[in-house]
Amino acid sequence: MNPLLQTLPLWAEIVAAVLLLIGTAFALVGSWGLAKLGDFYKRLHGPSKATTLGAGCVLAASALLFAMIGTPSFHELLVVMFLFITAPVSAHLLVKVALKQDPTARPPLPPWASILRRAQHSPLERDVSPRTPAPVPQAPPD
Amino acid sequence: MILPTLLPMLMAALALALALNAWRLFKGPALTDRILALDTLYINALTLLVLLGLWQGSKLYFEVAVLIGLLGFIGTVALSKYLLRGEIVE
Repeated sequence: MNPLLQTLPLWAEIVAAVLLLIGTAFALVGSWGLAKLGDFYKRLHGPSKATTLGAGCVLAASALLFAMIGTPSFHELLVVMFLFITAPVSAHLLVKVALKQDPTARPPLPPWASILRRAQHSPLERDVSPRTPAPVPQAPPD
Repeated sequence: MILPTLLPMLMAALALALALNAWRLFKGPALTDRILALDTLYINALTLLVLLGLWQGSKLYFEVAVLIGLLGFIGTVALSKYLLRGEIVE
């Protein structure tokens, strides 16, 4: 154990302990969801949100503790920023790969999707459905 | 004196999380599951390294954490692009 950590004030230790507990709980729950859930698109939720947030909380606690010891470092901030930027990008890429590998495994549309589809075909929007050609006006018979 | 008793327990919990990721990595039915498990594995390893750095009071582990973050993201993107397009550098 680092001897410098024994000299902290109590409030810093409590705040850091709470942050570390929350972060580790999020990381564990995200990994549990990755192992347990039944579908790839469901499994994607755990790592892409919970685990990233867990790493963020742990890194925040680490930044607080090292600042309280007297040697602040900006590496934690760098890692947190990089993780928060890259996690959605990798999740998006993984969904694109999954949709390309097996298009039949695409999850069904939610029940309110028909409302969306009707809104897409409303006359306010551009109608892309094939329409019957307008009748050509015939010359009136004499 | 909370942290000296808390930190080993948190490291054990993260080791459990790593074990769950490794299980999904070996089992995962599709290739995307394995890539996702690798992605989660490197983030959890990064968190574990930060906890280890707190435990030992060393800042060397943060350099390692930055490197793991960079290389893990590059690995995920490279694997996904390879599965998407069939080549990595276009």
